[in-house]
Amino acid sequence: MRNWLRTFLARNGIGLSVYLLGAVALWVIVMIILPQLFMLDFSFRNNWQQIDPSRMGGPDDVYTMVNYHFLAFGSPNNPDPFNVVDVTVFFRTIVAAICVTLFDLALCYPIAYYLAQVARGGKARLLVLALIIPFWVNELLRAFAFRILFGEEGTINAILMGIGILSDPIDFVREDVALYAGLGYAYILLMIFPIYNVIESLDKNQIEAARDLGSSWWRIHRRVVIPFAKPGITSGCTMVFMLSAGALAAPQILGGPSSLWFTQIIYQWFNTGSNWPRGSAYAIVLMLTCVLLVLILMKLFKVKIGEIGR
Amino acid sequence: MSADVQLDNVWVKFGDFVAVRDASLTIQGGEFFSFLGPSGCGKTTLLRAISGFQHPSTGRILIGGKDMFGIGPNRRPTALIFQNLALFPLMTVWQNISFALEVKGMDKRARRKKADELLELVALPGQGDKMVTELSGGQKQRVAVARALCAEPEVLLLDEPLSALDLKLRQHMRTELRAIQQRAGITFIYITHDQGEALTMSDRVAVMRQGVVDQIGDGTTVYDHPETAFVASFVGENNSFTGTVTEITDGLAYVQTECGLMRSRTSSAAPLRKGDDAVVFVRPESIHFCGDDTRRDENGLVATLAHQEFEGHFWHLALKTESGHDIRMSVMNDGRSEVHEIGASVSVGFSTQGAIALAPGELAAD
Repeated sequence: MRNWLRTFLARNGIGLSVYLLGAVALWVIVMIILPQLFMLDFSFRNNWQQIDPSRMGGPDDVYTMVNYHFLAFGSPNNPDPFNVVDVTVFFRTIVAAICVTLFDLALCYPIAYYLAQVARGGKARLLVLALIIPFWVNELLRAFAFRILFGEEGTINAILMGIGILSDPIDFVREDVALYAGLGYAYILLMIFPIYNVIESLDKNQIEAARDLGSSWWRIHRRVVIPFAKPGITSGCTMVFMLSAGALAAPQILGGPSSLWFTQIIYQWFNTGSNWPRGSAYAIVLMLTCVLLVLILMKLFKVKIGEIGR
Repeated sequence: MSADVQLDNVWVKFGDFVAVRDASLTIQGGEFFSFLGPSGCGKTTLLRAISGFQHPSTGRILIGGKDMFGIGPNRRPTALIFQNLALFPLMTVWQNISFALEVKGMDKRARRKKADELLELVALPGQGDKMVTELSGGQKQRVAVARALCAEPEVLLLDEPLSALDLKLRQHMRTELRAIQQRAGITFIYITHDQGEALTMSDRVAVMRQGVVDQIGDGTTVYDHPETAFVASFVGENNSFTGTVTEITDGLAYVQTECGLMRSRTSSAAPLRKGDDAVVFVRPESIHFCGDDTRRDENGLVATLAHQEFEGHFWHLALKTESGHDIRMSVMNDGRSEVHEIGASVSVGFSTQGAIALAPGELAAD
C-alpha cells in the first residue's frame, strides 16, 4: 500500500494525486457509503409517532425492529396473518421486474448481435443513433408518451380498431401492458450495450468455424455466442432488473389504478406518510433482495463480479 | 473418404473488384494441393468459396462430382482450419475436437472416445481435459487439425494455419501435416504465401497472382519450369535480365540483355519468337564462380562483389555488374568455394540449363 502510494504520487505529482484520491474518496464515502449507512440507521429507528420528538436522540431513542415488523405483519390490529398489501406488492414488483428483464433480454440480444456481428459501418451507426435519440427526451415525457400510445383512446387502440382487429378498445394501462412496455423500453440501452460490447469482441471466425463444423444457427448461438456473451448478458440483466425494481416514475405514470409498485409504497412512507424510518426499512429490504437475487443469478451462471465490470 | 474438387470457370467479384478470375482446375481426391500466392491474390477467397462462406459470382464448384451451389458451409463435406485456428476458448480440448459430433447429436461418451482417438492421431494423447488457452501454439495447431478431422470431411481446407508459429515448429508441423494427410487419406487444400510450405508438403501447387491461377504443377515443375515471369520470380529467388530474343535454335533462346548475350532454355508452355521481348531468369544457386575459363555452354559475367551474408550452409552474395545490374548468388559453404573480398572483381557463370527465358510480365514484389 505504501509503495503503491509512493509510485502513485511519483507518477501524478502531488496536486493531481490529492485531487484524484480526494475525488475517489468523496465519491465512495459521500455517494455510496454514507447514504446507505444513514438509510440502514434510519430503518432501525422509531418515528415521531412512536417516540416523542423531545426524547429523540436521548437514552430512550433505541434501535428497534418495528419498521421491518410492520412490512411483514402490518399494524397490530391487522386481522391477516401477514401484511397482505405490502408483501404482495413487494413480490409482485420483484416478479414483474424479472419479467421486464427477461423481455428486454429477448428483445435486445438479437439487436446487440446484429449490431456487433452483422451490420457494417454506416448501417450500424444509424441503428445506434436510432436507439439513442429517443433517450434525449426526458424520462417523464417518454412515460406520458407511452400513456398516450397505450391509453384507451390511444394511438394503438385507434389503429387496431381502424384496421378491424378490435371492436372494443383494450385498456392497456389498466392491464399493465403500458407499464411493462414503458419499463422495458426505458432500460433497453442498458441491456443492448453490455451485450454488444462483448459480442463485438467475439472473433467472427469462431462463428464461421462452428458453422463449418455443421452447426445450425441456433446451436452457434447456444454453444459459442451466448457462452461468450454471458458476462455482458449478466451485466445487462443486473442493471435492467435493479433499475426496473427500483423505478418510480414509470409505475407512477403508466401503472394501472389497481397496481402498485413497491417503490411507490416507499415513496408514500417518505412523502405523504412522513415516516422516514419505515420507508428506509422498506428500501433496505428491496435493495437487499435485489442484491441477493443478482448474486444468485451470478452464481448460477458462473459469472464473476469482475467480468461484469468489463 | 476423399473427394475431388472441381472448379469450373469460377469468378468471385466484390463490386468492381475481381478477387478470383476464371479459375478452372481439378484437385484429385486424396491429393495435397496448395494455392500459393502473395497476400491479396485471391487464394483465401477461393478457399472460402470452396468451403461455402463465399458464393462465386459465376461458375461452379463441384465436390465429389456434386454441384455445391446453394449448399451452406455446414452441409458441405469440407472442414476449414482458420488462419487463427478459431478454437472455442470456453470449451475444453476434447469438447473442441468433438464439436462436430455434438452437432450430430452423438452421446457424450462416444464423443469423448472419438476425441481421444484423434488426440492420439495428432500426437497429443491425454490432453483432452485441458482448456484450449493452456496449450502452446503448436498444440493448438494440432487441436485445430483434430477438430476439423473429427467432422470426417472429405476435403480439409487449411488457411495458412502455420503462419503464427516460429520457424522450427513450422518446419516440424509441415512434416506432421503431411503425415496426418497421408494417414487420414483425405484431400487437403492448403493456402499459403510461403513457398517453402507449399513446395515441401504439396503434391501439386497452384501459383496465383491477382485472382488468376498462373501455373499448376508439382513442386519441381513450378520451381524449375516456371511458365510465367511471375511464377519464376515468386517461387524461390531469381535474378532477372530483360532483353530481346535474337535467335531461337534447338529450344535455346539467345537473348540480348543489358549484361550481354545470354543463352537459356525456354518454356514449351510459353514459347518465344525471334524479336520478342524476354526476361532471362537465373536462380542464385545456379550461378557459380568460374575463374577465367568460362565453358562453351555457359554464360559468363564479370561483376563486383558488393555484399555478402553468411547463412551457415550457404553464402549469399550480392554482385553488381558494370552496367549496374544487381545479381544475387548463393554459394554452398562446402569449404571448396572461392572466397573473395568485398569490392573484388569476380567472374561468374551459369549454364544454359540454369537459365530460362520467359515473356515479360508482372514480377513478384521483393
